[in-house]
Amino acid sequence: MVDFALQPNSVPETRAKRKRASLRTALKRKSTAAFLMTLPLILLISIMVIYPAFYSLHLATLNKSMQRFVGFGNFEFLFKRETFWLVVKQSCIFAITAVVFKALIGFIVAHFVHNIPVKGQRKWRGMLLVPWVIPPAMSTLAWLWLFDPSYSAFNYTLSFFGIGPIPWTGDASWARFSVILVNIWYGAPFFMIMYLASLKSVPEQLYEAAAIDGANWWQRIWYVTLPMMRNIIAITTLFSLIVTFANFDIVRILTSGGPLDHTHIFATWAFRVGIEGGDIPLGASVSLFMFPILAIAAVFILRDINKRGNEA
Amino acid sequence: MTSTIVIDKAAPTRAVKYGSMSRDRTWALRWSYFFLTLFAVFSLVPPIYMLITSLKSSAEISAATNPWWVFHPTLSNYVELLSSNQFLTFFRNSAFVSIFVVTITMLISIPAAFALSRMRFWGSATLATGVFLTYLIPDSLLFLPLFKMFAVFGDWTGIQLINRWYVLLFVYPTLTVPFCTWIMIGYFASIPKELDEAAIIDGASWFQTLTRIFIPVAMPGLIAATIFAFTVSWAQFLYPLVFTTSTDQLVLPVGIITSLIKGDVFNWGQIMTGALLGAAPPLIIYAFLMDYYIAGLTAGATKG
Repeated sequence: MVDFALQPNSVPETRAKRKRASLRTALKRKSTAAFLMTLPLILLISIMVIYPAFYSLHLATLNKSMQRFVGFGNFEFLFKRETFWLVVKQSCIFAITAVVFKALIGFIVAHFVHNIPVKGQRKWRGMLLVPWVIPPAMSTLAWLWLFDPSYSAFNYTLSFFGIGPIPWTGDASWARFSVILVNIWYGAPFFMIMYLASLKSVPEQLYEAAAIDGANWWQRIWYVTLPMMRNIIAITTLFSLIVTFANFDIVRILTSGGPLDHTHIFATWAFRVGIEGGDIPLGASVSLFMFPILAIAAVFILRDINKRGNEA
Repeated sequence: MTSTIVIDKAAPTRAVKYGSMSRDRTWALRWSYFFLTLFAVFSLVPPIYMLITSLKSSAEISAATNPWWVFHPTLSNYVELLSSNQFLTFFRNSAFVSIFVVTITMLISIPAAFALSRMRFWGSATLATGVFLTYLIPDSLLFLPLFKMFAVFGDWTGIQLINRWYVLLFVYPTLTVPFCTWIMIGYFASIPKELDEAAIIDGASWFQTLTRIFIPVAMPGLIAATIFAFTVSWAQFLYPLVFTTSTDQLVLPVGIITSLIKGDVFNWGQIMTGALLGAAPPLIIYAFLMDYYIAGLTAGATKG
């Protein structure tokens, strides 16, 4: 910004006065103009994001009819309910398993795409990113139909291998497997694209040097690729962890939390309790449990941003 | 010393090594193609199965013949859906919401990104970071307080927002604006300072600098942000599910799920047709603007 302030001095005196005047007014009003330009953003974020976030803290302390203050009553009630602990457990299993597999599959697929000649990469990348492009609500319907109890196309195919009909969404463990599978299917392409972009930025000389030193493919991945990609892996995993933790669409459409609440995660259970059950404060208390993971992620991301700021 | 060098450069060893490396490379390539095919099949099975089912009549679906093949292809599902007023209403609502949201998003995030990337003012750095952090707050954390807020707002002012499609115009920007602002900041920051300094010296106002220089130069970023905003608002499922209920106010994803699934009767041919038609706009955009789409996707993490 100092650049701008210094610039007028270098402008020759012979310049038209009008131009200098407009420059001066522009500079004088710069911070006002900047504030006005960011005002819609500030308003949007404070009214529609920050206020509701705090409002939900307030809501969580009210009773069901939202007329009486109950303090931590809702939380005490939740802690005593078995379903709540089931939801906590399932959310963690769901998020961690899905993210680990998404990251692994994304990493592997990115390597394969990176391996083949550049000419064909575009085509493969295009095909592999399709799951990410289709709205999850739409694609989950296709999965629901693939998992259908009586007409499942998967079971039809598996029956040729002598594998009995699998209750994809009917049995608790299979239902958990199914929601995680759909989530992996939807999210892995995102990792693939991110890793592919970062793989391309690893200098070729590093691999050549490693090859000269006699490193095998595993050592090349461990000592060259992974350290170079560490940042992008961390940030992508963090991102995905948040999104997966807060997932709603897939579980809601595939199982709506069933059988017997065995696939509910925070978001779907909050919806069940808050909207369908009409107990908004209790629902708000449930969704507030997504906050710790957010806070942890925020700390890491802030650290990352500051670090990059210092490097620049 | 010299002897070792001579041994190292021995011609036969070198030739053999070279040959084996290229053979390794061929095999690595074959394995890569094999696994890529496997993953591509995994990725494409659901959309292809949507297409297969959408071409079947309900009679053929309930006959439980080979689900992977269409024996009597018919377009009746498409004809039926595209001539149903209800489905067209969903489609229209979705299109309206998405187009308005994209416009609102651009109107908010372009000036904000310009101000945050070029005109440093008190708190601008904090605000830029804050914008990124808001992007991380998920919809499933905010839907209950927002629902209550709109209800209270309706009680106070008599303006009923719940169960109107335009309530989504207030809510969706919270999902699109932070990310779009963030990637626009990245694109704007990459424009050389000399360009806008030259414009200012020539007497351009801040507004002119933005419209004549920044927007044209950062056009790829703008397109990427537009695509992002469109796909997010087209695909959003939780907010419309919570805020709208009557059939004439629903958007496509919620409409298909609540109206085509009647009780326990699943008309799968129509559901798959609807899902495919609902997935079509993002897919078409993706097919034509894949590079912008990917640029937008990767910009968020690599530019910050």
